[in-house]
Amino acid sequence: MNSVQRAWHEIVRDVLKENEVRLVTYVPDNVLNPLIKALHADPFFTTFCCTREEEAVGIATGAWMGGMLGVVLMQTSGFATLPNVLASLAVPYQIPLLMIISERGTLGEFNLGQAMVCRTMRPALDSMGIENHTLRRLDEVEFIVDRTINQAVSTQAPAALILNALLTGGKVEKRKGN
Amino acid sequence: MAASEKTHNQRKVMSRADLTGRLVSRLRNEEAVVGGIGWTNFELWGAGARPQNFYMLGSMGLAFPIALGVAIAQPKRKVIGLEGDGSLLMQVGALGTIASRNQKNLVMVVWDNGAYQITGGQPSTSATVVDLVGLARASGIEKAYWADDEDEFEALFERALAEDGPFFIAAKIDASRPAQTTHRDPVHIRERFMRGLGVRKDPHAA
Repeated sequence: MNSVQRAWHEIVRDVLKENEVRLVTYVPDNVLNPLIKALHADPFFTTFCCTREEEAVGIATGAWMGGMLGVVLMQTSGFATLPNVLASLAVPYQIPLLMIISERGTLGEFNLGQAMVCRTMRPALDSMGIENHTLRRLDEVEFIVDRTINQAVSTQAPAALILNALLTGGKVEKRKGN
Repeated sequence: MAASEKTHNQRKVMSRADLTGRLVSRLRNEEAVVGGIGWTNFELWGAGARPQNFYMLGSMGLAFPIALGVAIAQPKRKVIGLEGDGSLLMQVGALGTIASRNQKNLVMVVWDNGAYQITGGQPSTSATVVDLVGLARASGIEKAYWADDEDEFEALFERALAEDGPFFIAAKIDASRPAQTTHRDPVHIRERFMRGLGVRKDPHAA
């Protein structure tokens, strides 16, 4: 363990590496930006942006069947586009699809659209029986990410890690006037 | 456009079954094939058993993204994505992703009958206004071609297997019902595919 405190995104990067997660497909997000930058900067990872989250899931699925483990990064609203491909590809084909989702829509959300879509996320995951954990505390990040990757691979099941604003700070907007 | 060049819907309509058979018969190096959904998929299933074939059962539009993932994981193997026009139109952005990665071992093949055949033959936009090869070229896929007849399809496909891609080959095909239906067992499909790619082996065979 490093004596110097690592940021959440540094821990996530290191744990992905330790678990041989080499492919990173994502749709951009503000809160995920430091993680995306760190992954692009490290040649261990093959990291690239996709046009849709479904596409990113398809690429990670193909790569795993070809022998390369991957992770898909997205925002809450991006996850909301995924139930069809999770239910018809990742779950029934038993794919250890790793998803890291930055949580918008709660703890100070300023956009009602984001707040509404956030409420669909956990019910959608639970309805498909997809293991999911919410990361709130820095001291739990390493353990939860590491164990989740291991379980997903061993049981051949998709898994979602939700990055809460308590961990990342989230995205907020100063209110002006009324 | 040159005056002599055909518009995309003035091309010869070929047999999906015949072209799929020609495609499969040209595979000699354990190339991976990812089949999109619908009658494209049934036709690939009917063209014969290959452990390197993967059959989707849903996730419409993801044949090329899945094929791209396989191609990234196994850069020495040629990977073919086989897709229908309706499915491609649902995930057009993937063409730009593939072009921007310049994935050399990826071959995209599209059977274009201008219809959502499995749902009742409702016309897709490629029946009228959308030129799929034009779409691929505009997305940055330089080696994107229409196959005007069976011989041209075989020549283009041989080239795609021999040269660096990414390649995109489209053909206008008919609406005939495939002779067979894909066996719908996702775990079996996935496990056989992974063994066919050498990622897994029979645990008893160690």
